[in-house]
Amino acid sequence: MRQSSTIRQRLAGIGLVGLPLLSFPLVSLPVGEFAGLPATYCYLFGVWLWLIALAAWVSERRGR
Amino acid sequence: MMPSGWLVTAVAIAYLGLLFAVARFGDARADAGRSIISANVYSLSLAVYCTSWTFYGSVGRATSGGLSFLTIYLGPTLVLLFGTVIAKMIRISKAHRITSIADFIASRYGKSQFLAGLVTVIAVIGVIPYIALQLKAVSASFDIVFANPVDMSEPWWADSTLAIAAVMAVFTILFGTRHLDAAERHEGMVAAVAFESVVKLVAFLAVGLFVTYGLFDGFGDVFGRAAASPELAKLLTLDPARSGNWLALLILSGLAILLLPRQFQIAVVENVDESHLRRAVWLFPLYLLLINIFVFPLALGGMLHFGGTGGDADTFVLTLPLSEGASGLALFAFIGGLSAATGMVIVETIALSTMVCNDLVMPWLLRSAWFDSRARRDLSGILLGIRRFAIALILLLGYAYFRAAGEAYALVAIGLISFAAVSQFAPAMLGGLYWKQGNQAGAVAGLLGGFAVWLYTLLLPSFAKSGWIGRGFLDLGPAGMAMLKPQALFGLGGMDEISHCLFWSLLVNSALYVGVSLTTRPGATEVAQAERFVDALSRGGAAPRASLWRGSASSGELVALLERFLGPARARKQLRAYARRRDLDDWKSLPADADFVSFAETQLAGAIGSASARVMVASVVQEEELGLDEVLDILDEASQVRAYSRELEAKSKALEAATAELRAANNRLRELDRMKDDFISTVTHELRTPLTSIRALSELLLDDPRMDLSDRRRFFGIIVAEAERLTRLINQILDMAKLESGRAEWVTGEVDLATMIRESVDSVDQLFRGKGVAVELHLPETGPVIQADRDRLVQVMINLLSNAVKFVPDSGGRVAVTLAVDAGQARIEVADNGVGLNPDELDVVFEKFRQGGNTLTDKPQGTGLGLPISRQIVEYFGGRLWAESEPGQGARFIFTLPLPREAEHEN
Repeated sequence: MRQSSTIRQRLAGIGLVGLPLLSFPLVSLPVGEFAGLPATYCYLFGVWLWLIALAAWVSERRGR
Repeated sequence: MMPSGWLVTAVAIAYLGLLFAVARFGDARADAGRSIISANVYSLSLAVYCTSWTFYGSVGRATSGGLSFLTIYLGPTLVLLFGTVIAKMIRISKAHRITSIADFIASRYGKSQFLAGLVTVIAVIGVIPYIALQLKAVSASFDIVFANPVDMSEPWWADSTLAIAAVMAVFTILFGTRHLDAAERHEGMVAAVAFESVVKLVAFLAVGLFVTYGLFDGFGDVFGRAAASPELAKLLTLDPARSGNWLALLILSGLAILLLPRQFQIAVVENVDESHLRRAVWLFPLYLLLINIFVFPLALGGMLHFGGTGGDADTFVLTLPLSEGASGLALFAFIGGLSAATGMVIVETIALSTMVCNDLVMPWLLRSAWFDSRARRDLSGILLGIRRFAIALILLLGYAYFRAAGEAYALVAIGLISFAAVSQFAPAMLGGLYWKQGNQAGAVAGLLGGFAVWLYTLLLPSFAKSGWIGRGFLDLGPAGMAMLKPQALFGLGGMDEISHCLFWSLLVNSALYVGVSLTTRPGATEVAQAERFVDALSRGGAAPRASLWRGSASSGELVALLERFLGPARARKQLRAYARRRDLDDWKSLPADADFVSFAETQLAGAIGSASARVMVASVVQEEELGLDEVLDILDEASQVRAYSRELEAKSKALEAATAELRAANNRLRELDRMKDDFISTVTHELRTPLTSIRALSELLLDDPRMDLSDRRRFFGIIVAEAERLTRLINQILDMAKLESGRAEWVTGEVDLATMIRESVDSVDQLFRGKGVAVELHLPETGPVIQADRDRLVQVMINLLSNAVKFVPDSGGRVAVTLAVDAGQARIEVADNGVGLNPDELDVVFEKFRQGGNTLTDKPQGTGLGLPISRQIVEYFGGRLWAESEPGQGARFIFTLPLPREAEHEN
């Protein structure tokens, strides 16, 4: 019970970080191109994937 | 090359057939008790969120709004991270056998039939057009793959879309109403939905790969060519002026993932195991990411490929492969779109039909005369019939709306309009989960207010834009009042219509919910339900459930009620299970107590909704209405009991800690007691040795008066020596006891260490001479001066020197005394050239009553207390006393004394 509540709080923490990262004004910062692709496109998908990876790591980790 | 019409039809039929097979398999496995609903299947089934609006519509949105289409998927990603909200909804729904979002909200606010009906009406009005949109997508995709636009004037019965709708109705009826109890899960349906999620993802990725890497040279090429076109380049960056809309869409889609009836159905009602949520938290967002990765390249690619004459961007997914002759891929994309549409329609229809049946038809039916006349019969068949009819009706309504609306704006824009409608549930839902003061009047006021604003600012304008009603009120305001223009209310401009509506409706909704909740007094049931819902995670959920009911009931009538609504077979099965839980052999002997009433009500809630269940149970039991104050008292008591038990827990923990401390102290005391006993027995033994010899010699002298004078003299000498030893021993024991108990007297003054050592050596000079021992002194003229008790230090020196004398050889004995200053300490060393000590003796000699040398063969030469006393004295002054030796090389006894700071400076 306690462990699952820790996981929930960690996930909520990720969510709290994710909200500002995925809204204005931060999303308007990347401009121009990045590795030949539009910087905004790279930024949005990059942050998104990073959040998902973090959430997967937190919720699937065994042990502690 | 277009695929032939027959081929398309055959593939579509085959696909739907496969869907039936999957659902059949899922149900069969569920019946056999081997559920196929794993965490992965659960996560995939959540992707029912991605409808044909995603499959086709995202590309269209991307061509007009650039990357802002992503907000629809970023919102759910963020909300899922706060999965604890969903976990709480699941926990509550399982405990109360809640079957729909209307049931959930109604149950929270005192099982109100009116509230359940209101939520149902909002959901139906908001969602039926959305179902119509799915049918339109299916129809449009048929047109494209058949390559002959369906003539809207052709007779309705020849319409392939109607055929699809009919198949969906059959599917939903078969797999969505297997049990009467809607709280039972439909595992076959969930399995089919998860399967469809895989199909639509793979289909979309296939088209995306084909366009990005077939038509173009990868992402860089698509984006590079788009950047070269001034028109498309605008889409590549975000317009900061739209930041408000961006946030509004994040919120809107985040709420939709919780509040859309189909999402509630899949995420909460169909949830098998709460722990599946942990996988869904990341797997579902990953699904969303994957299905979106090619949307933007497709949109740009389509616009580049077709130039200005591209036509409808909403169908790029089909038209792009077709334009390159990839008819197989187009067919696959068609199937993907079909699965996106069917999945949504099936789940949404089940959710809506449950709500319509339980929350609209039931309340009306329970009051009707017709129902009264059949009151004694088994109603389970009728209930199932109603639900099946509701399914058919909802799909028919959707189809009718689609036929009526056609290409109208009201249908195209319905995706977000529908989201905005269900987001009106947010204050009542989220407030209900976390705020106990939220009450029924507040929820009703908030919902009505928010819904009215939604109607006025979003739905009616969409009708006007479709030309169904005059658009005068839209452009000029009602009766020319510009302040009340629906999409610029009170002059609020600069937002798109969705953000505008969301802002006003949620503002009105929340303000009314909070304001009315705070100013009205809730009913007793509401307070009880609020307590159960808000505290659902912190305790079992149903704890004070039974204690909040008082009245009388007959178990016969309750059983009859259950049999009527659940059917006799199912009712008995549940009763038997319940009796087993209460450790009773026979359900017929169940007492008609509060717990049984609550069980019956929960069981009925699963079949007919909590509000109707409450009405039905109330009709057969005589409930003694509890006043609000009584309920509050009971809840207060319950929370007090909880507080007490927490206190008790804390106290018992403190008690445990204290017990452990006492036990440790007791052990320590026992140890000390044992040491004291040891000490006493050792002391008495040591005292007895000299006493014995004194007594033995005295007796000899007494018995033999004619003993030689020389013998006599010798004996008396021994007696005197032994008596002296006895005195010394007792003095030392007393000294030791004083030192150990800290009661020794210390006379502290300035002591010159070099002088002190010289005096000590002088005072034992007699001893050295007697044994012919050479003394070497390595001392400065005047040594370091410290604050100490001079006599005590002399005592230590004399003890060490006399020890040394004892152990040096009889001839050629040497004793060296060295005084040195080192690292703020005076170091005094007394070295001899005697036999030395074994390594294991180095510590032992400092124990009490340990004699140096072999005590078994030699006569003891000391009291065995000198070194322990010396060590006590040295340690009292903050120094250390120890021995170093190598056997045969003599022993060195060394002690250190700390110097005062000034002395340190001088040296």
